[in-house]
Amino acid sequence: MEENNYLKDISEIKDLMNKSSRFISLSGLSGILAGIYALIGAAVAYWLVANSGRQYLILDGKIFRLVLLDLFLIAFISIVTAIYLTTKKAKKNNVKVWDASSRRLILNFLIPLVAGGLYILIILGQQKYGQTAALMLIFYGLALINASKYSIGKIRYLGYIEIVLGLICAMFPGYGFWLWVFGFGVLHIVYGALMYFKYDMK
Amino acid sequence: MSIITNINKVFDHRIRLGIMSILMVNEYADFNTLKELLGVTDGNLANHTKSLEQAQYIIIEKQFIGRKPNTRYSTTKLGKAEFKKHINALEKLINK
Repeated sequence: MEENNYLKDISEIKDLMNKSSRFISLSGLSGILAGIYALIGAAVAYWLVANSGRQYLILDGKIFRLVLLDLFLIAFISIVTAIYLTTKKAKKNNVKVWDASSRRLILNFLIPLVAGGLYILIILGQQKYGQTAALMLIFYGLALINASKYSIGKIRYLGYIEIVLGLICAMFPGYGFWLWVFGFGVLHIVYGALMYFKYDMK
Repeated sequence: MSIITNINKVFDHRIRLGIMSILMVNEYADFNTLKELLGVTDGNLANHTKSLEQAQYIIIEKQFIGRKPNTRYSTTKLGKAEFKKHINALEKLINK
């Protein structure tokens, strides 16, 4: 009889440790949508460049700025969607969205991401744009791995794959566009779907 | 016999065990966070934190955030070590 009590104690300890230090309300659906936005955004970028009369992208002002705007919009809409769906999910589960665990998650996610983003902007300013897709994938992967310590749902593995893709992309910059589409589009959809069926369907 | 001696009487309560579990994985936690996570009343939580403080397993810091009083809790080195011993003892009891 005693043993059962101790077992209950241990499982309660584990549960409290998880609940108090990890943010668990990330919505899987927002991952799927982020992937779809990335695919649409990539299609728009592809169309822009294909219709520019050149087969490649150069820093010549208009087209390039439109592609940057396109990228920015993908990121912005993805973030807004994630915030909205996560808030909704947290409300349903009766937990706070903005608490110590979500603050830590976001902070640790943003540190590598902002560092990487600034780095990419700096080297773009120096006309070095061959590695942009690779750098985006690598820094995004690092951000995911850093954030994974504060969340459940194994975003760590998504991070590993993004980094590997980024490194492949660095070796074959010619395929940068397609690897970007795979990393930010297809992977998000696959991962989001896995999380959605594992955690959200309950 | 040695297993039994490692079971710590101070931790032999659900809520105290809960407080320690939360503080083990967080640098600190404030009163309301503990209250919400554990689902206990103010008085109950205050009692248990006091006894953990008396055993010198946790530190209670009172401060003001703006005008609001805020109490936050963190574990001591002793508290961490004792908690680990306690958990090991529990595990041994279960695996016996």
